[in-house]
Amino acid sequence: MTAPFRLTDSTLRDGSHAVAHQYTLDQVTGIVAGLDAAGVPVIEVSHGDGLGGSSFNYGFSGTDEMKLISAAVATAKQARIACLLLPGIGTAEDLKAISEVGVSVARVATHCTEADIAEQHIGMAKRLGMEAVGFLMMSHMLAPEELLAQARLMQDFGADIVYCVDSAGALTVPQARERITALVEGLDIAVGMHAHENLSLSVAISLAALEAGATHIDGCTAGAGAGAGNCPTETLVTVCQKMGIDTGIEPLALMDVAEEIVRPALRRPQIVDRAALTLGLAGVYGSFMLHSERAAERYGVSQAEILLELGRRKAVGGQEDMIIDVALELAARKAGQQEAGQQAAGQQEAGQQAVGADR
Amino acid sequence: MTVRCAIIGSGNIGTDLMIKLSRSEALELVALVGIDAASDGLARARALGIEAPHSGIDWFREHAAEIDLVFDATSAYVHVRNAPVLAGLGIAAIDLTPAARGPKVVPAVNLGEHLDAPNVNMITCGGQATVPIVAAVSRATTTPYAEMVSTVASRSAGPGTRQNIDEFTRTTARALEEIGGATIGKAIIVLNPADPPILMRNTVFCALPEGSDHDAVLASVEQMVADVARYVPGYRLKNRPVIEEGPFGTPGGLVPHRVVVLLEVAGAGDYLPTYAGNLDIMTAAAVRVGEAKAGHLAGVAA
Repeated sequence: MTAPFRLTDSTLRDGSHAVAHQYTLDQVTGIVAGLDAAGVPVIEVSHGDGLGGSSFNYGFSGTDEMKLISAAVATAKQARIACLLLPGIGTAEDLKAISEVGVSVARVATHCTEADIAEQHIGMAKRLGMEAVGFLMMSHMLAPEELLAQARLMQDFGADIVYCVDSAGALTVPQARERITALVEGLDIAVGMHAHENLSLSVAISLAALEAGATHIDGCTAGAGAGAGNCPTETLVTVCQKMGIDTGIEPLALMDVAEEIVRPALRRPQIVDRAALTLGLAGVYGSFMLHSERAAERYGVSQAEILLELGRRKAVGGQEDMIIDVALELAARKAGQQEAGQQAAGQQEAGQQAVGADR
Repeated sequence: MTVRCAIIGSGNIGTDLMIKLSRSEALELVALVGIDAASDGLARARALGIEAPHSGIDWFREHAAEIDLVFDATSAYVHVRNAPVLAGLGIAAIDLTPAARGPKVVPAVNLGEHLDAPNVNMITCGGQATVPIVAAVSRATTTPYAEMVSTVASRSAGPGTRQNIDEFTRTTARALEEIGGATIGKAIIVLNPADPPILMRNTVFCALPEGSDHDAVLASVEQMVADVARYVPGYRLKNRPVIEEGPFGTPGGLVPHRVVVLLEVAGAGDYLPTYAGNLDIMTAAAVRVGEAKAGHLAGVAA
């Protein structure tokens, strides 16, 4: 029996949100060697926000991503190495650079309504002879038919595969199924599912996607990732084995990688805590979690309130700068409320005090 | 004297620019030149009594003697082809695409520096919004690394912007260095499809090395915001600028602090509604450069 789907492990890309993009060279080679030996066919490596993501806005990489990517290529014996790129953050030049070091899969991600900004990059990936994957983020924000229209654009640009990406971990199982069904029925190319764990549904959604015809699934070992994390690769592979779905991957070997290398590297347990569940509830981009935690602490406001407000403002992936903005407004409102009834000191003065305290 | 000018490109930017130029006293708009006779921009030009041919760059070959200055509002790829044609015809160009053929100009920072250049570049909308802030920080301290994040409403990003997104990031990042004075610059653009559309937002982060005078940085930034708002009325601070404590391991080295400046640009609502501040800042800055060139030409002639 051949594997009915291809698994992409993104521990070293999406999972790097969980370590604030601080993976070391040793961790990367150890994880790639383990996943490769276990039989994982595709391993994604890059900054959590894709190539060129190292920044004030998303967090600086601890080690230059090109060093990590080159080491991954050199370590993998059978697995293909993939990189993610978000147009607007990374550029076609980055694709040339990764192609030169031997990366053969380029995943090009846009917000689910903005597929047309990927034309330059999907085209470049194909010209470089790479497999091109279209990655429609925050797919919960679009109805299935509208998502299909965007996926068709990526197909027209030359994508080999299009993914429904639940970046906020906000989809329920039926919602994921109807999106995958629409894509499978309406596209000529393969369809993939990238699930998150904020509602504790990532494995269930991945299985539902397979039933609906998806042939590509993403996971992260130990569930590493933004928010409550990604679909845990070793759990998915174990469940598949019990269900008689041959993945070609050895579950026990994956469990070893999860337990011995990935989990010790994580800075916190990947659990559905209040912040993660709030992301799923409000439909907020998963990588906002750690940034909002820091902003909440810095400005003395509630993280849940920041996240809910970002959900109301329909912030999309990449707008991490808006977290500071919302935190400042909440802090000003709080200061205004505290001062009301005392002296009529304006918000501006309260703001100046906060700046002073910050220094 | 009046400087006779034309616009090439009848999309969002060209059409908004037409409305602004038709109010200018120093600049006389002769034509809006497109390539699609059915475009909305050309229809509006005709309604305003402005010539509206659709023969593209070829139109200038036949009318070179009647035009002193052209505003190129096409796209980066097209301007790369237009620039030598215009230069050959002896027509000065203000380039509103990220093609970056000529020196980059930000009115609040270096308006007077390139008045004689045959081709000047307006960088990008995000560059016009954020380069002044980086320049303001750089005049108060040294800036080893500066970063801007621009978020624009999906509806205000036309096909030119969407196909040229790499040129946006590249040209803007270089401008943060060349005009903003940062040692290393980085630019990020995000499109947001929210409905109703969001106002254009820009965030500037600058690395502040040990020993920076934070009060001087904040005062310099506030002064610069007022300077830009003089030619872009909708340009304002979204929130007060803040100094955040690190340390931050930037590409320009480890620094103890960063300044975060959150900006918003409301458009004047000339062509697209007010959410399209990205159009407005570009066209308002280009008009400012055009008028300065006109004033310079008048001075030279006198």
